[in-house]
Amino acid sequence: MEALNFNWNSVFFYLFAAIACGFSIAVVLTSNIVRMAFYLILALGATAGLFFLAGADFVGAMQLMIYVGGTLVLLIFGVMLTAKGPFISMKTSAGEWLMGAVVGGSLLAVLLAAATSVKAWQTTPDQPAQAQVTATRLGMALMGARVDSLEQTNAEQRRGMSGYLLPFEIVSVHLLVVLIGSAYLARPKKRAGRRVVGE
Amino acid sequence: MAEFLKQYLAPEWLAYAVAALVHAALLINVVAVGALIFIWLERKVSGRIQDRLGPTRVGGKFGWLQTLADGLKLITKEDLMPDGADRMLFLLAPYISFCASYAAYLALPFADGWVATRLNVAVFFIIAVVGLEVFGVILAGYASASKWSLFGAMREAAQVVSYEVPLGMCVVVPVMITGTMDLVAISQMQAGWFTQWLVFHDPFTFVIFWVYFTCATASVNRAPFDLAEAESELVAGFHTEYSGLRWSIFFMAEYGSMFAVSGLAAILFFGGWNGPLPVTAWLGAAGEAIGLDSASTLYPLFHYLGNFLGMLNFVGKCVFGVTFMMWARWTLPRLRIDQVMTTCLKYCTPIAAVMFLGAVLWTYFIPGGLFIPNNYWRVNEGQITATPQPAEKPAEATPAAPAHAADDGRPSDDKPPRTASVDSSASFAEAAAGGHRGSP
Repeated sequence: MEALNFNWNSVFFYLFAAIACGFSIAVVLTSNIVRMAFYLILALGATAGLFFLAGADFVGAMQLMIYVGGTLVLLIFGVMLTAKGPFISMKTSAGEWLMGAVVGGSLLAVLLAAATSVKAWQTTPDQPAQAQVTATRLGMALMGARVDSLEQTNAEQRRGMSGYLLPFEIVSVHLLVVLIGSAYLARPKKRAGRRVVGE
Repeated sequence: MAEFLKQYLAPEWLAYAVAALVHAALLINVVAVGALIFIWLERKVSGRIQDRLGPTRVGGKFGWLQTLADGLKLITKEDLMPDGADRMLFLLAPYISFCASYAAYLALPFADGWVATRLNVAVFFIIAVVGLEVFGVILAGYASASKWSLFGAMREAAQVVSYEVPLGMCVVVPVMITGTMDLVAISQMQAGWFTQWLVFHDPFTFVIFWVYFTCATASVNRAPFDLAEAESELVAGFHTEYSGLRWSIFFMAEYGSMFAVSGLAAILFFGGWNGPLPVTAWLGAAGEAIGLDSASTLYPLFHYLGNFLGMLNFVGKCVFGVTFMMWARWTLPRLRIDQVMTTCLKYCTPIAAVMFLGAVLWTYFIPGGLFIPNNYWRVNEGQITATPQPAEKPAEATPAAPAHAADDGRPSDDKPPRTASVDSSASFAEAAAGGHRGSP
């Protein structure tokens, strides 16, 4: 029985992690843009699976909705770009490979260094890691209630600690402005005195 | 269930595996048998609407074995693939559609506690997953190397991406009123007479249900929004090149999604498993009347009976929703693509936005519903912590909140649980809007 005494949670973790990593590599290696998007969907879906496995249902659903759903648009562009000829492949030159390797490799190095520097993750299986920091404070601050202001002893500084709702809204409105601007730029151009057919 | 099996199966993982398999098999059966019945029903309904009889021969008087015969025919058909097709994507596309449609059932409760996974963000999860079904359609259209398929797929893509916006707005309204995204909790809060159902909560929810149903019909690609498979223009749209079993899997996915969005409508607006009369409560009362308490052995039987009736209620509501979609399909002509977009952008989205605003104001000024007294949920459902008036809080209380929190010096844990649910519903609204605002 000792041989079977593994944690089923870890099994699924390694399964999802392998899917995510494997298809991420496949995204890089394939030259067909639609397949690329398809592999990306699988990799991102497996990441959502990791979130669900960790009990972060909301983040998992968010991953499905925003990242996987956003890839939908990428996929549509891929189809539209390659629909002229049957299954056009993209050729990448050696220089592009080099640039990609440098950028990707440096990002990987940063992430690995960051991940191994977290104290709580350097535990052996005997002492399971305890999550000390949660996103609750951040969420509360987004709603306007800064709970960390309770720990701030300086009354002057405490008055300056407002919630993040206003900055968040400003960013949202900014995005809306960008959207309207792009719609304005992409509008069908009118000729003088005559409306374009199909408008 | 895993806890129950752990008593009998020695290794723990085996118990989990068996429990997972049982859940998965049950849900697969719901989708597959559901599709079997709905395809038969579709033929009968369309027949009656067009003044015909529909299938009458296979399996006795009503032709109820017709779908099985069709299925056998489809299995024996040759699995064809066009010469120029992208082989891998062509073969995989139907399964992607089916997986997306099937995954929605993981979070769909059929009765109190009868749910594969009880997620606290179930509404969000289902909306996210149902939207993924379109991937299979686009990949099928692309991989077929046929212009009809590609046209169908691109139409479907444009349609689904547009309709997710009003759909998300419609779903936010019940979430806002109940203060939770947990489908089980939303249903529990509508227990009692049919006047507790959220569709009768206020005039705005009544209107928004119809908007939801229109958008849901469009997002599962049903007529009058079935442009992706418009027979008169595109041969058969995205599945032109498919044959045999692979083709039928697309249909299983479609009927599965229809059932899933009808189920979501039933839970969000029509009380979920709660029938129009509080039969389950009467059963419990009857159990107590003949001297049963929760310790008695017969008590689980009554509980089970109540749950079973609840499931029948829920499935009945879903079937009604699907039948309603069929009725619409065989009554209304197919819209043109520009009419589809007009319906979405000029009607559904503004109506949904106005109704959302109206519902917010209603819950702020007249807490409680048309038939529900002000603090009904707080009084009657002690275990449900959410109160009926959460969502306008952040907007109103934002400037005051930090000072308030600082003044009386409460630690963050003292916050009422309502705040947490407000947090999730508000971010859901942002996500529903932001997912599309951000993507282009």
